[in-house]
Amino acid sequence: MAARKLAITGGRVIDPAQRIDRVADVLISNGKIDEVTAGSTGRTLGDYEQIDASGKIVSPGFVDLHTHLRDPGQEWKETIVTGTRAAAYGGFTTICAMPNTEPVQDSAAVVDDVVRRATADGLIRVLPIGAISIGQQGKQLAPMGELADSGVIGFSDDGNPVVDANLMRQALSYSVELGLPIINHAEDKKIGAGGVMSAGTVATRLGLAGVPSEAETTMVVRDLHLADLTRARMHIPHISTVGSLDALRSAKESGIDVTAEVTPHHLTLNDEWVYGLKGKVPASVGSEAYDTNTKVNPPLRNRADVDALIDALSEGLIDIIATDHAPHAATDKVCTYNEAAHGINVLETAFSSVFQLVDTGKISVVRLIESLTVGPAAILQKNLGSLKKGSDADVVVIDPGSKWIVNPEEFASKSVNTPLTGVELAGRVLTTIYQGDIVFDLSDVVASGGVKQ
Amino acid sequence: MPNPTTGVGNKPTGESVEQIANGDSSEVLLPPRQHLLDLDDLSADEINDLLDSAEGMLEIASRDNRKTPGLRGKTIITMFFENSTRTRVSFEQAGKILGADVINVTASASSVSKGESLLNTVKTLQAMQIDALVVRHPHSGAPYFISNHTDASVVNAGDGTHSHPTQSLLDLFTIRNNIGDMTGKKIAIVGDVLYSRVARSNILGFQKMGAEVTVSCPNTLIPDEWSLGSTLGDETGFGGLKLARNVDEAVDSADVVMALRIQQERQDAGHLPSLREYSDRWGINAKRMALANSGALLMHPGPMNEGVEISSEVAHGAQSVVEEQVRNGVAIRMAVLYTLCASGKSARIGNSDSNSGDEA
Repeated sequence: MAARKLAITGGRVIDPAQRIDRVADVLISNGKIDEVTAGSTGRTLGDYEQIDASGKIVSPGFVDLHTHLRDPGQEWKETIVTGTRAAAYGGFTTICAMPNTEPVQDSAAVVDDVVRRATADGLIRVLPIGAISIGQQGKQLAPMGELADSGVIGFSDDGNPVVDANLMRQALSYSVELGLPIINHAEDKKIGAGGVMSAGTVATRLGLAGVPSEAETTMVVRDLHLADLTRARMHIPHISTVGSLDALRSAKESGIDVTAEVTPHHLTLNDEWVYGLKGKVPASVGSEAYDTNTKVNPPLRNRADVDALIDALSEGLIDIIATDHAPHAATDKVCTYNEAAHGINVLETAFSSVFQLVDTGKISVVRLIESLTVGPAAILQKNLGSLKKGSDADVVVIDPGSKWIVNPEEFASKSVNTPLTGVELAGRVLTTIYQGDIVFDLSDVVASGGVKQ
Repeated sequence: MPNPTTGVGNKPTGESVEQIANGDSSEVLLPPRQHLLDLDDLSADEINDLLDSAEGMLEIASRDNRKTPGLRGKTIITMFFENSTRTRVSFEQAGKILGADVINVTASASSVSKGESLLNTVKTLQAMQIDALVVRHPHSGAPYFISNHTDASVVNAGDGTHSHPTQSLLDLFTIRNNIGDMTGKKIAIVGDVLYSRVARSNILGFQKMGAEVTVSCPNTLIPDEWSLGSTLGDETGFGGLKLARNVDEAVDSADVVMALRIQQERQDAGHLPSLREYSDRWGINAKRMALANSGALLMHPGPMNEGVEISSEVAHGAQSVVEEQVRNGVAIRMAVLYTLCASGKSARIGNSDSNSGDEA
């Protein structure tokens, strides 16, 4: 833990947990937040090492409820080391690791191994998510109590929906005593079986089998009814359809204990990106089409869904942003669209891509930061995501004006699977501080000529 | 308007049958099109140029001695990842008539069956200095993917449920040879539109040539966003396509009736109660052909399920041009291969459309 004293001075400090939005200094010592000053005096602060943040945004470190570290089991795609570094580069100081590893995180032994290695090798905090069922097979409940004792923050079979409604019911019911949310990937895979992108005009033109929105919506509706029955906590991952939003609204209004996350890509990209022209619609399909880096589950939806998701995040119906960071190797993406793996590499573009919505006035920067900090921390029920005195000094400094062009070859992540290659974004993460230590500093990275390992 | 940079017919159609037969392809006026992936980026003029070229090819293919040196010294590989009789054989025959060396690769008898990736298969073939790759693949977009990783010309011989441009061209050729100008003609396509690459390419091709296209099929076999009884808007990419409420409405006063193959697996997947019911409600038979214009053409891309989507009586009747379609397939594929391959390889490598970079 850092013993040094750090002062981040003159920045616009946004800490939604404390309703702070003012120019101030953030003072750190012994890895903890000492104080967010009433204002910034511009003075030099004695024995503090100083980071000049004037003109910048200073926020609590981001918290990601949905990350795939691929470790153990698929270390050629990502490891705890590269994944936590990618997180730090994206401004995240806490990430929650999905259990779809090999072996699956369905026992204390596997979870303990991930926690131990993340503590030793990780650049930032890793919180594990346990499986709902043994082997994510949807047959028998995983030892949820044992997993809770090992520190999991919730339960999910990740990409495998819990198909059996009774097993879902029992998982929800069993989790009540543990106080942890059930996170079910809602998708009825029978509807639109074989679908590889969202159903609609683009899928029809490209001749790709489409998954209708109802594949998600119908299971979200089922799950909400089961959460009502069991009075359990439920968290909806990567919500993506208008129908799911309608169900979420009605569930929240009737008092069901439910939260929901949306990914940066579902907020900013639509199915037209599958044409491979960064969202432009071509008169004729060209060889850039079938961009496998747009293949993700749930699939990129249509414009109406995207607009509704933005509105829902803005008003707070959707609680938080989570990345669903899903690194994949080149062999998983340099292939036909049908063969390609689902998933987008998100951690290092997450903030900047959603910041486009701030620049276009569709969401406030305060709400954006809230949805990446105190929002997810509240779901975790942990003292994270704020700059409260005495809390861990997890801080990120962002330059709202700095433009950058996405080049995944410069990612800290081991993989490069993003559809944003070549896209210009603003709102760049400059510095990430975890427990008082600088774990990412853009100028150092640039000076050292990149990070890819 | 022909696209000046990728125009199909600009070069070869300037040549006579005799020039092709003599192997004289010196008159290269414009950079040639590199690939044929679908019809959506071809203009009506370009399509007409290809059909004109096919006229000459048809004449060559009908000769007693049909070997010509037009593509002598060129290597064409047909790479079929799905079973096919007519398409693969007609490409092979087309290449051979034009004097090219044609090598057939099938997935089951190649390293693909050992797990070699499509990318590595293409790179392997590319290393052998080939001029054209004719690709049939069960995945939509596979030829587009391949075209990004080879300098060779890529010809789409059917990709998944997306497109089948040479089938569409041979259908256009067959219609033109029988009824001439297609402008304002009514064409009914009856069958599985959702899964049919032939339907998609033909809708694009027929509309491009000025025909009015109507489709009819069970509501389970059109995309969800389409509605029976409506006309599609331009935003769909198939603007003007009419979706008939029933088959009689589609066939009524048609100049061309095209039946599409219906597969057992549609019944198995729940799209249809039974093939028997399909045959009853959408099968093309003499009674339904009587609703079409007298002299209307009956087409089928093959292979036919006689007694299901088409009755034997009409399949082999006076209005059927099914066998002519197959014959024309060779001429069309000759025209396509000649158009793409006749110029030197060096011309292609400098083409800005060429992109062999490995995108991540």
